[in-house]
Amino acid sequence: MKTKSNLERVLEAEQFAVTGELGPPQSADPEVIRRKAKILKGNVDAFNVTDGQTAVVRMASWAACLIGKEEGLDPIVQMTCRDRNRIALQMDVLGIAALGINNMLCLTGDHQKFGNHPMAKGVYDVDSIQLVKMVKDMRDEKKFQCGDEMAVEPRLFIGAAANPFADPFEFRVVRLAKKVAAGADFIQTQIIYNVDKFAEWMKMVRDRGLHERVKILAGVAPIKSVGVAQYMKTRVPGMDVPDSIIARLQGVPKEQVSKEGIQLCIDIINQVREIEGVAGIHLMAIEWEEAVPEIVESAGLLPRPKFTP
Amino acid sequence: MLVVQIKPEEEILPKISSKRLFIFECLGCQEIYFPAEDVEKFIDNLKEEIVGKASLDYLCNREFVKEYIERYSKQIKKAQILLVFSCGVGVQIVSSLLEDKIVYTCCDTLYLNGFQGLTVQEFNCDQCGECYLNYTGGICPIAQCPKHLLNGPCGGSQNGKCEVDPDIPCVWQQIVDRLAKLGRLDKLEELVTPRNWSVSLISEPPVKRFP
Repeated sequence: MKTKSNLERVLEAEQFAVTGELGPPQSADPEVIRRKAKILKGNVDAFNVTDGQTAVVRMASWAACLIGKEEGLDPIVQMTCRDRNRIALQMDVLGIAALGINNMLCLTGDHQKFGNHPMAKGVYDVDSIQLVKMVKDMRDEKKFQCGDEMAVEPRLFIGAAANPFADPFEFRVVRLAKKVAAGADFIQTQIIYNVDKFAEWMKMVRDRGLHERVKILAGVAPIKSVGVAQYMKTRVPGMDVPDSIIARLQGVPKEQVSKEGIQLCIDIINQVREIEGVAGIHLMAIEWEEAVPEIVESAGLLPRPKFTP
Repeated sequence: MLVVQIKPEEEILPKISSKRLFIFECLGCQEIYFPAEDVEKFIDNLKEEIVGKASLDYLCNREFVKEYIERYSKQIKKAQILLVFSCGVGVQIVSSLLEDKIVYTCCDTLYLNGFQGLTVQEFNCDQCGECYLNYTGGICPIAQCPKHLLNGPCGGSQNGKCEVDPDIPCVWQQIVDRLAKLGRLDKLEELVTPRNWSVSLISEPPVKRFP
């Protein structure tokens, strides 16, 4: 065990892992976090808190993580390179580990142009792969980027993202290999609606033996409405929503679309579970945390494994 | 080119070891600053076979370079690697005109300002002081990727377009295509370490650029 992370324990025990996602509020209200954390508790092994997702100002990921930890959950802090240079990143890594947070997902970050402060200066001093390496060097070598040594290292379980659906397709698995070589312990993928393409990508992952070096959690999410599906298909870069998905949601009466969206998510979970090398799921019910217990239960993923601390 | 400096030998020599070389040398801005002596020394020390050398003014002038490529076409054909001594603009002109050739720059570009109105037709060089064109098949991700990514395209590249602005091409798609054409996709497997922004023109306070 590299860390005290519950997620690491679940994965090390070869249990099929479930991580959730918690969107922090655009305010200083801690109750939003507590309410969402109570819904996720017992249904997930760990939960992510996004870090200024789509470049919109929200409560800091580490702060919301700490509130969720107080509710008894294992937090995964998300850390982007958009807003921090290598000095700030390393300071935050130290602080996050000192607060008892055990997992960190390393991301480049959504470009500031997409958010509510498009006039901001993006930082991008390092990229996500370099950030993974930076955290790994801090944890395993006790070294800062400059080469100086530290007395107490940050014991973090290191995550990274992968998008099997972006272009160029052949490069996607190369990028994953680089993240693994840089030191990623686990991977959370983009939301999967095109299971065939994901399976094709997983085959390339297995051909390189990467599934044996990193734990891959397949990204899934329920869809609430036909409008949301169409928005994701046409407006969200790097998303692949096949027409058959939209047709399936259109095929039921309007009042039943959200129920069908949940069933669709359960079906995708059952399909990706069968793919060799998938170690778990990352369930992103963004602003729809209420759907999580039903999805996890119906997919036969309860109870979640418990370990004595 | 206005102000460039020669890259350290250890960065270049392993890449060109026992290959046949053709050299492009730009003298367009030598009145301002060109390390002519360093270049000469660098070339003299090369153990590799040099099949030809073109010294010309303004490697940033595409039409002009086209003429030279025609004039030296036989030698260029024989060469396995094209070695360029110029600013980042000149290197990118050469690599875009000779897409089936591996192009390496021997220079870091520190400063271009002043002359580009006269000479530079395309300006895809940020004068970042630490040239990455040798990793990317001669196409610059610093100047053309909104996130300055050094380790390949982000998850938002789709149909060859950049997620930040669909009107601009994804430069990393161009790099991948270029390296695929050269049979050098293996270059993308390399972990590129964080860059040294202190030599960049956009670092604050402005660094002293003139040697």
